[in-house]
Amino acid sequence: MKRNTIYTITAIIVLFVFVYFGNKYLDSYLLRILNLCAIYTVLGLSMNLINGFTGLFSLGHAGFMAVGAYTTAMLTLPIATKQMNFFLAPLVSPLDKIVWPFLPSLLLAGILSAFVAFLIGAPVLRLKGDYLAIATLGFSEIIRVVFTNTQTITNGALGLKGIPATTNLWWSFGTAVITVFIMVSLINSSFGRAFKAIREDEIAAESMGISLFKHKVLSFAIGAFFAGIGGGLLGNMMGTIDPLMFRFFMTYNILLIIVLGGMGSITGTIISAFIITIAQEVLRFLDEPIFPNVPALPGLRMVVFSILLMLVVLFFRQGIMGTREFSWDKFFRFFTKRPLSKGGAK
Amino acid sequence: MFSGIMRNEWEGSLTKSYLGGVYMTLELFLQHLANGISLGSLYALVAIGYTMVYGILRLINFAHGDIFMMAVYFAFFGVMTFGMPWYVSFIIAIALTGVLGITVETLAYRPIREAPRISILISSIGASYLLENLAIVIYGGRPKTFPQIPLFTDMVQFGTVHIQMLTFMIPVVTAVLLMLLMYLINKTKSGMAMRAVSKDFETAKIMGIDVNRTISFTFGIGSLLAAVGGIMWGLKFPSILPLMGVMPGIKCFIAAVIGGIGNIQGAVIGGFILGIGEILLVAFLPELSGYRDAFSFILLILILLFRPTGIMGEKISEKV
Repeated sequence: MKRNTIYTITAIIVLFVFVYFGNKYLDSYLLRILNLCAIYTVLGLSMNLINGFTGLFSLGHAGFMAVGAYTTAMLTLPIATKQMNFFLAPLVSPLDKIVWPFLPSLLLAGILSAFVAFLIGAPVLRLKGDYLAIATLGFSEIIRVVFTNTQTITNGALGLKGIPATTNLWWSFGTAVITVFIMVSLINSSFGRAFKAIREDEIAAESMGISLFKHKVLSFAIGAFFAGIGGGLLGNMMGTIDPLMFRFFMTYNILLIIVLGGMGSITGTIISAFIITIAQEVLRFLDEPIFPNVPALPGLRMVVFSILLMLVVLFFRQGIMGTREFSWDKFFRFFTKRPLSKGGAK
Repeated sequence: MFSGIMRNEWEGSLTKSYLGGVYMTLELFLQHLANGISLGSLYALVAIGYTMVYGILRLINFAHGDIFMMAVYFAFFGVMTFGMPWYVSFIIAIALTGVLGITVETLAYRPIREAPRISILISSIGASYLLENLAIVIYGGRPKTFPQIPLFTDMVQFGTVHIQMLTFMIPVVTAVLLMLLMYLINKTKSGMAMRAVSKDFETAKIMGIDVNRTISFTFGIGSLLAAVGGIMWGLKFPSILPLMGVMPGIKCFIAAVIGGIGNIQGAVIGGFILGIGEILLVAFLPELSGYRDAFSFILLILILLFRPTGIMGEKISEKV
């Protein structure tokens, strides 16, 4: 085994030891934040695959998450809770008797989400740039409008309550680790190189024999698959979902993560998913009264957040990592070679 | 009472025609059409702002919908908090909105003019998000009621239908503003500068046109039109919210795309198609009224697939 592989395996083991003890001893507030960090890592990576690596500016992520969250919730809700939820109109026939375990529900959520992405992508991915952005945004809104109106399948605007809170640190961090592993393998495969080629120059990529359509749809569907899984994890962590959760704001939060981390960097996305999720909790004090005589300004936290994003876009366009990635070699060089380079010797 | 309903239905079936699931009289149809035209005019006013900015910068100004929202709140506070007469308040609101549009351009778009287009797009999404969150903090998240001004909101009766005065005023105001705009663009020096910048950035610069000033001017004009649209929107749909600009904003962009983005007549046509289409969809197929917001997106996707340059747009082929 190579040295770096051993390091990676050790790091993952350390992470899971932390997860084991974290799950046992941390309080529910901290667990919630950590779960969110891991889930946003999954979501950020899935969006970065589409937007950062393939260069398709898609704003449809909330829609895919909605598909995933609703699928998982519908499959894992106990029958009694389903009946309580659907008091306006009864649930359609096969769904009201099905209760699946979490893992197959989550996988099906991903697959359904990818299927929706395939259906959407086939016509829409012919568009470029701004048009693609607005068309995917449109589709994500259509998904939300459909979910609001299909009372007998999704319970409409009332949303679903009492979803079993299955998501714990094992699920969230497990999924995050698997997602990172799959993304790294994908980016370093021939597919990943094709994605990057499309990002850099579509016409050049096409003349090198890369099928634009096939690779774009593939990237879109894989991204949507993980978005669906992330949505499912999120729904089963929150316990309640409703169509309003999946407005443009949701897409926007994830966009913020990949812009801050660097479009086209897996490491950057992971770092910034943690930074943003934790910062959103830490900055919560801004919504409360800060000075004794000034009334509280609810929403100030989000203003600070939007200003932060504007500053990143305007002055640090590359984000934290740009397109660079973490590697063990660089990591050790950072610690060992530092003192030497001071002398000026190369 | 029961027999009354029965009789009315019976008479109704004799005089009304059955159209797509609802009984529709000619008067009712005309009422819907009038509503559609007035909604379409509002969409057209806001869509012009999108199309002008896109024509010059090749940028979807995501913040445009929020500038529209700000105008409504400015007018609201002018009348309700400062007690100004409505016309003073409206004029101040429109002017402030113009200033706001120019400010957004200067702060969010000018510093990264040379950046890749994706960065500018993200910056415009950021500006929109910032305006929305600012509005939530400053104005509060609860809906407010826009002042009702009798001159606009009084009902006029035509036969059996009652229609707000506003429904007729909106298309008139739109038409007047459109004529002024066409004059500005085609006959004045500033208009010529705008046309030159939208054709070719570099050449316009060489010809001695102050590109930055022209772009600011374009944003200002677009915001003024959005402000007029916003105030009339507030009069028509009095419940106002900090997020009220999002949906109309996206729909007006769609209107601009349908008409052929970058083309002002196209934006107006697109606005009317969208406005009339939406109202008639709800009128004829009430069971689909929940899908009203999806209608414009479906229309957008159809247009993008079959005629990506829109109705009036010119075809541009990409050079290697």
